[in-house]
Amino acid sequence: MSLVEKNLIEDAGLHLSEATAADYFALLKPRVMSLVVFTAFVGLVAAPVATNPFIAMIAVLAIAVGAGASGALNMWYDADIDALMSRTAKRPIPMGRIRPEEALTFGLILAVLSVMTLGVLVNWLAGALLAFTIFFYVVVYTMWLKRRTPQNIVIGGAAGAIPPVIGWAAATGSVSLESVILFLIIFLWTPPHFWALALFKADEYGRAGVPMMPNVAGLASTRRQIFGYALIILPVGVLPAVVGSASVGYGAVAFALGAAFVWYAWRVLKMPEGDRAMRPAKALFAYSLLYLFAIFTAYLADVVVQRMLALPGVA
Amino acid sequence: MEIEEERVTLTASQKKAQRSRSIAIGLALAALVVIFYIATIAKFGPSLLDRAM
Repeated sequence: MSLVEKNLIEDAGLHLSEATAADYFALLKPRVMSLVVFTAFVGLVAAPVATNPFIAMIAVLAIAVGAGASGALNMWYDADIDALMSRTAKRPIPMGRIRPEEALTFGLILAVLSVMTLGVLVNWLAGALLAFTIFFYVVVYTMWLKRRTPQNIVIGGAAGAIPPVIGWAAATGSVSLESVILFLIIFLWTPPHFWALALFKADEYGRAGVPMMPNVAGLASTRRQIFGYALIILPVGVLPAVVGSASVGYGAVAFALGAAFVWYAWRVLKMPEGDRAMRPAKALFAYSLLYLFAIFTAYLADVVVQRMLALPGVA
Repeated sequence: MEIEEERVTLTASQKKAQRSRSIAIGLALAALVVIFYIATIAKFGPSLLDRAM
C-alpha cells in the first residue's frame, strides 16, 4: 500500500467493522417483524381474491423487509435513548457493534428495495401503503411524536396496524371495510399493550426522557385509559362477525378473547397504589401479545373454514 | 528511498464478521435474482416467450 493510499484511508477514518450478519438482522427488530408478517399474511389470505402463491410470498417478504427497514431506521435515530434503557441497551448500535451511519444506510437501502419490489412485482397500491408505513413509523412516530407527547404510541400505532391492509391491498389492489377493521383491531390494541409495559418500566422511560403516559399523566390515569381501550377493543374485535366478513363462531371466540382482555385490564385498574411488582400490568402485557395472535389466528381459521365449506360437494 | 509497505491486517474477529456479512449479502442477492426471475414467469406466464420475431 502506498503512502498516499494509506493517508487517504486514514483521512477517511477507516473503520474495520466487527458486526456480523446477526447484528444486522437484529437491526430489523425480528420480533416486531414476526407480528407484521403474520398480520399481513392474514390480510392477504382473507382477501376474497385468489393470488398466485409465489406472488403472495413475495408480498409478505417485501412487507417484512419494509418493516425491518423501519426498525433499522428507528434504531439509528433512537440510539441515544436506547442506550439508557435495559430493554434496548443491548441493541447493536448502543453496544458499539454497528455505527449509526451504517444502520441508516442499511435501513434506507432496504426501505427503497422493499417498496420497489412490492410495487413492481405485486401492485403499486400495496407499494405506496408500505412506503407510507415506513415514513409514518420513522418520521411521524420516531422523529416527531416519540419524544414529544404521551400520545406517541396512540398515533404511531397506526404504522404497526397497517400491515393487514397492505396484505389485503396486495391481493385485491384495493382497501376495503374488512381490512380497515383489521387495522382498527391492532390500532386500538397498541396503547394498552405499550402502556402496560410502560407501567412497570416507567422509571426507565423517565430516565431516557420519553414521555410515556405513566410518566406524564400518572399511574392512575394510565390504568383508567388502559381499561377504557380494553372496553373498546372488545366490540371492535367482534366487528368482522357483525359486518359479515367472519362467522358467528369467530364472533364468539373474539368476544371471549376481548372479555379476557377487559378482565386483565380490570385487574390493572384495581392494582394497589403501592404495588411495585406490578404483576397485573405484566400479566396484561403478556396477555395482550397472546390476544393479538389469537384473534388473527381465529380470523384466518374462520376464513379458511368458510372457504372450504363453500367448495362444491362439501357440507 | 524505499517506502515501507503497510497493510491493514484484519483481526480474527474482524475476518469472521466480514465473512459472515459477505455470505449474507451473497445469499440476499441470490434470493433477489431468484425472486425476480420466478415472479416474471409468474406474472407473465408462457406469453412471456410468445412474441412476434
